[in-house]
Amino acid sequence: MRQDHLISASHLSREDIEAVLDRAADIDDDPAAFRQRHAGKVLGLCFFEPSTRTRMSFDSAMKRLGGQTVDMGPVESSSVKKGETLADTVRVVEGYADALVLRHPSEGAATMAAEFVDVPLVNAGDGAGQHPSQTLLDLYTIRENAGLDDLTIGIMGDLKYGRTVHSLAEALTNFDASQHFISPESLRLPRNVRYDLHASGAQVREHTELDEVLPELDVLYVTRIQRERFPDENEYRKVAGQYQIDSETLEAAADDLTVMHPLPRVDEISPDIDDTDHATYFEQAHNGIPVRMALLDILLSQDR
Amino acid sequence: MTDDHQLRVSKIRNGTVIDHVAAGQALNVLAILGIDGTSGEAVSVGMNVPSDRLGRKDIVKVEGRELSQSEVDVLSLIAPAASINIVRDYDVVEKNRVVRPDAVASIISCPNRNCISNADEPIRSRFTVLSDGVRCDYCETIVREDEVAANLDVN
Repeated sequence: MRQDHLISASHLSREDIEAVLDRAADIDDDPAAFRQRHAGKVLGLCFFEPSTRTRMSFDSAMKRLGGQTVDMGPVESSSVKKGETLADTVRVVEGYADALVLRHPSEGAATMAAEFVDVPLVNAGDGAGQHPSQTLLDLYTIRENAGLDDLTIGIMGDLKYGRTVHSLAEALTNFDASQHFISPESLRLPRNVRYDLHASGAQVREHTELDEVLPELDVLYVTRIQRERFPDENEYRKVAGQYQIDSETLEAAADDLTVMHPLPRVDEISPDIDDTDHATYFEQAHNGIPVRMALLDILLSQDR
Repeated sequence: MTDDHQLRVSKIRNGTVIDHVAAGQALNVLAILGIDGTSGEAVSVGMNVPSDRLGRKDIVKVEGRELSQSEVDVLSLIAPAASINIVRDYDVVEKNRVVRPDAVASIISCPNRNCISNADEPIRSRFTVLSDGVRCDYCETIVREDEVAANLDVN
C-alpha cells in the first residue's frame, strides 16, 4: 500500500486493493500459515461508537495472526469522559500498541488522529464519512461472487449518511463497474462523493425506485437507513421503511444476483431471502476475518 | 465620473487598493484581512460601484499597509477577479491579480457540524482549494465558492 494508514477508500488504488484481496485469498486457503505471523504484536482498539462486527473481527483477525489486542473499552468508562481529546487518546494508546483501529462519531476523526501517531491507523468508521476496511471485505465478497470488472451494482438505502456506501462507491471507481444508486431524494449521495465519482469518470446513475434497475444488476448492496445519523427524527420517519426487499421483490432479478448488506440489518432485507442463493450478507460478514488479517498483515509488515 | 469616484473612494498615499472585488464582498475582504477598525489603519470601502468588467464591483483601500502574498491568495477564494495595487506616494508601483492557493488554513470553518475540525481538538481547520470551491481536509465536505464567505471563521 502507498501509505501507512488506511483512512479513506479514495486513497486506495486498484493495486492496493488487489494486494489486500489477494493476501486475504491466501489466508483463506491456508490460515495456518499466518498463525504466528505477528506474534508479540499488539493492536489497539479505540471504539468511540458502538460496534459488534468491526470490533470483534479486528480482534479476531489480530489474534489469528498470533498477536494480541488492547481495547479502550466503552467510552463511558474511558478517559474521554474526563474530557480528554481524541488527539491525546490516540497518542497515549500508540504507546501500548503496534497499530490502531479507530471508530469515532465525527467525520474526519481518523484523518486527524493519523496526524498524531506514527503507528499504522485504520479508520473503522468516522461518522457518516468513510469505512474503508468494510469496503475491502465488500470487494472481496463481490470478487468471489460476481467479479470486479464488467460489474453492474446497485447500492440502495441511505446513501447520504452511509459511510460504507461512500467508501465502496469510491473504491469501485478503480474497476470497470457501472454503479446505480437507489435512494429517496433526501438521502442521495453527498456532494463530496459525487465530486469524486464525477472526477474519476465513473459510470453512475441515480434512481428512486429499485425496479427501474433491478433486472440489470449483478450485485445489490442494501444499507440500513440509520436512525442515529439523522439530526431530525421527523426526517428519519419520512424515509424509514421505504426500501425493503423480500423474495417477491427479487423475482424480477437475475438468478445469480448477489445480495449484500454491511449489517446490522433491521427490516431492509426480509428473512425469507436468507435461505436463497442470493443471500451473501453473512458470508460478507465472515469475510471480515481474512480481509482484516490481510490488511493488518500488510500494514504491520511494512518497514518503518 | 472619475472625480465622483474619487469623492466616494478617496486616493491613498501609501498602502493597498483591492479593486474588482465582486459586488457585496468588500466586508468579507476586510474580515479575511483581519481589519475591524481597531488597529488604526485608515480604510476606504466602495460598494456596488459601476465597473466595465464586472458591471458592479467593490473596492477596498487600506492606508499604510501592503498585503502579503498569502493574504492576497486567500482573497482569491471570494474575489477571484480582484486586482491588487500597491500604492506608494500616490502612485501605483505594483499591480497584481490574485492567485488561488493550493490550500488554506484557519480561514474557513467547516460547515459540517459533525466534522472533527469543529470539535475541541488541537488542530486548525484546513481546506484544499478546488476550481470552484474548497474541500475540508478532514471530513472532505465541499464548500462551493458562493458559500465560502458565509463560512469564513474570521468574521
